[in-house]
Amino acid sequence: MKRLGFLAWALWFGYAFLYVPIALLVVYSFNESRLVTVWGGFSTKWYAELFNNDQLLSAAGLSLQVAAMTATASVVLGTIAGLALARFGRFRGRTLFGGMITAPLVMPEVITGLSLLLLFVALEQLTGWPDGRGITTITIAHTTFTMAYVAVIVQSRLVSMDESLEEAAMDLGARPAKVFFVITLPLIAPAIVSGWLLAFTLSLDDVVVASFVSGPGSTTLPMVIFSSVKFGISPQINALATLMMLVVSTGIFIASLVMARQHRQKQRDEQMAVQETVPRPLR
Amino acid sequence: MAVQPIRKPTRLEPWQDPAQTPYVRIEKVTKAFGDFVAVDDVSLSIYRGEFFALLGGSGSGKTTLLRMLAGFETPTEGKIYIDGVDMAGIPPYERPVNMMFQSYALFPHMSVEQNVAFGLRQDGVPKGEIRERVAEMLDLVQLGRFAKRKPHQLSGGQRQRVALARSLVKRPKLLLLDEPLGALDKRLREQTQFELVNLQEKLGVTFIVVTHDQEEAMTMSSRIAVMNHGVIAQVGTPTEIYEYPQSRFVAEFIGSVNMFEGRVVEDEADHVLIRSEEAGCNLYIDHGVSGPEGATVAVAVRPEKIALSKEPPPGADGRNMARGIVREIAYLGDVSIYLVELNTGKTVRVTAPNLTRRTEMPITWDDSVYLTWQPFANVVLTQ
Repeated sequence: MKRLGFLAWALWFGYAFLYVPIALLVVYSFNESRLVTVWGGFSTKWYAELFNNDQLLSAAGLSLQVAAMTATASVVLGTIAGLALARFGRFRGRTLFGGMITAPLVMPEVITGLSLLLLFVALEQLTGWPDGRGITTITIAHTTFTMAYVAVIVQSRLVSMDESLEEAAMDLGARPAKVFFVITLPLIAPAIVSGWLLAFTLSLDDVVVASFVSGPGSTTLPMVIFSSVKFGISPQINALATLMMLVVSTGIFIASLVMARQHRQKQRDEQMAVQETVPRPLR
Repeated sequence: MAVQPIRKPTRLEPWQDPAQTPYVRIEKVTKAFGDFVAVDDVSLSIYRGEFFALLGGSGSGKTTLLRMLAGFETPTEGKIYIDGVDMAGIPPYERPVNMMFQSYALFPHMSVEQNVAFGLRQDGVPKGEIRERVAEMLDLVQLGRFAKRKPHQLSGGQRQRVALARSLVKRPKLLLLDEPLGALDKRLREQTQFELVNLQEKLGVTFIVVTHDQEEAMTMSSRIAVMNHGVIAQVGTPTEIYEYPQSRFVAEFIGSVNMFEGRVVEDEADHVLIRSEEAGCNLYIDHGVSGPEGATVAVAVRPEKIALSKEPPPGADGRNMARGIVREIAYLGDVSIYLVELNTGKTVRVTAPNLTRRTEMPITWDDSVYLTWQPFANVVLTQ
């Protein structure tokens, strides 16, 4: 009894630790007062102001655009890298390649950002491209580290997948490229989708790398928030964060509903298959 | 305990006919993975219409050999010819061969119908014909009403049939089967063995089956190659392999066997006499063995070829006869297994059919018994 009490206490403490700050943020987005930390009554005026704040909205739009492009590019590159690691056997330089793929996962963001900035500046001086820094350079920079995550996810999915599926397709006459698009790709699709979402989130979240490689007129949302903190945070940020959380949790809720339904369906199917093979008793 | 081959002699034995050319020819093939030699200098000829089994334990190289035929592995040395064509450099998708995988490898995102149609679609067969041939194939394996199902909606036995249908729908001349019955339970396995044999005879396709189950190999195949450590220990019909094993390994791998060490004391053209301390008697064989007199040999005697009796049988002359005490009896219903400890200390296994009811069992624990067997039951192993 005593032990159960302790466990329950630990559980609630854990929940509180995780969710009280978020709950506070949501509550204060409906605060009448301009001061974030003083409650002045219920109001939705910050939401109204948010929708009139062009700077904040365009930063959010830019962030979403960068995140979508980053996620798409890193899914393509990461899948190719994961495929090479999981399916091409022990080619020369495989260990080095594997290490280099995962290096961005542990590299400090400051170093990634700085080195990319130097690269872009040098490139511009040599070739004239990229013409200044902006959405293109942010996307490229984000892709360099997010594709590492995608590669790891895709690789682990490929390793756990039965390789004889691909062999069977080849045995039945499909050429390797066809095998990839008709068999491998549909089977690793869940990994690719989760890789895309992860890359999207990482890009949306990033402030360090983006600050290095962004230029004038291309300020991402985290950069705006980060810099506005210096002048005192506006409750509009709370409102924006609440809206983003609403979108994300709705997405997660729908996804888990769909998954639970699929799981139940699969169980029913397997049940059915087993029952059919059991001979009916004679009357 | 091993089941005798049940195949009808429906055709001549092509490997006996020098005019026949083999359909699959494996010539001195070696496959090494780094330092590990999986297949070591193997040569084999397999003829059209055969049901050929590659039998061996795990790590014997049987699956590697099969994968080389399919084109998933390239031989380190040696050549493989299928229908007279050198297979070197020909990728799996261009070989006239189909394979059924141990895991079945059914595409989980496709229905049964789409799985079976996959091979035909790759060849650009017209849609109408695909539909016809898939339906025909599904009827053949009695899965017509499951056409729209996904693989996870099927039982193990049904999945096995889908895999079989998918590998046969392209009408290959040669079908490779990797442990085709390995994932089925015992009862279903026995039933499916006969179905496979019937299907193979009906379609006239050459089958090469990899299996670790000796009973399965004996029941289904026309010939068996027993493999051990990447080397072929013996090739022959099930009867040859069982009755005339050439080595100790083959004798012990297929069924159970009693081994007596002995010394050749008399080696004539029409008979051999071997003195065996282990058996405690002279072993008499009614045919000559080309071996030096005085050589030490092993003699194999199958448990079911030994008769037990409480009194010495009439006409017994002390040859091929041992005495001992029954130590263990295992009653299996149709037969019983007796473990008899000979006076020399060696334990011998004897199987005898239960011709009478168990309650009237004539021989029981701790009985002193005579073990006798016929001259032909002795198999001299020189290797």
